[in-house]
Amino acid sequence: MDSASSDRTASGQHLAPTVARSVKVLVVGAFGVGKTTLIGSVSEIEPLRTEERITTASVGIDPGQPNKDTTTVAMDFGRITVTEDIALYLFGTPGQRRFWDLWSGLADGAVGAPVMVDTRHLEDSFEVLDQLELRTKIPFAVVVNQFPDSPAYPLERVRAALDLLPETPIVECDARDRQSAVLTLITLVEHAMTFPVFQKVNA
Amino acid sequence: MDTEEYRDHPVRSYVLTSGRAHPSRNTLRPETLVRAVESRPLLSTASRMERELVQLCRGTLALAEVAAYLQLPVSLVAVMVSDLIDAGHLAIRSNHQAHVLPGKDILEKILDGLRKL
Repeated sequence: MDSASSDRTASGQHLAPTVARSVKVLVVGAFGVGKTTLIGSVSEIEPLRTEERITTASVGIDPGQPNKDTTTVAMDFGRITVTEDIALYLFGTPGQRRFWDLWSGLADGAVGAPVMVDTRHLEDSFEVLDQLELRTKIPFAVVVNQFPDSPAYPLERVRAALDLLPETPIVECDARDRQSAVLTLITLVEHAMTFPVFQKVNA
Repeated sequence: MDTEEYRDHPVRSYVLTSGRAHPSRNTLRPETLVRAVESRPLLSTASRMERELVQLCRGTLALAEVAAYLQLPVSLVAVMVSDLIDAGHLAIRSNHQAHVLPGKDILEKILDGLRKL
């Protein structure tokens, strides 16, 4: 009678027995910007979806919402076994305003966040970037996802439009392409290494 | 009531946790790795969901993966996993404190690994 659960985790879905540590990054961005595509490109497993219930009571800025309500937020995620003992998890984090409260909890312990932007809707990213800076202290790198009809702006123009700090990395990416997606993660981790909070050795 | 985003489960979720919304330990994160302790099989009184959970964890998985496979919210699975750890049926695989950030040595290993992909 255990066939149901055996079917759900086909062999190979478990991490290798040598993996003894997990590290996460949050893939942040507005709706439809390609978060799940990026996760799917690099993940060694088919991206999975979990649901989390959050109370929107403390938000109070959605005029359509009653005072207290719970809503379900879906998070897509994937994983990469980067060394024989470390698994890197990528959690796609919704950018909509009513989910911002969720971020501080999720950001706890994260190495950083690739923030995905779409130059066709750059204005969607302003609030997401502001809130990320306001609510978390995690390193982030801006990832300009190239859609086929994206206008070809020079990155420095996008940087100026988003009012990024000079040290914040900004890279172009095709979220569908594995190598391109991996490069964004490399950029992010290199940036994280410059943060004092990650300087100590804890092996 | 906002029905658009509301999805019920066949079993009212918090029945599975005897009505508790918070786990008995606060070190569990979605990325925390857990694994079944094979020498501690479940008692015959264990619920079907507990059985499924422990069965899933016969290899190492992150809490979020367990939740995804069981199709239950992460916060709820955290309560169940926490109880199963307390009872000795599951163990945390990650050899670090959940609140400790990875150090430079870990980030270097991650970078090396990513560059080889």
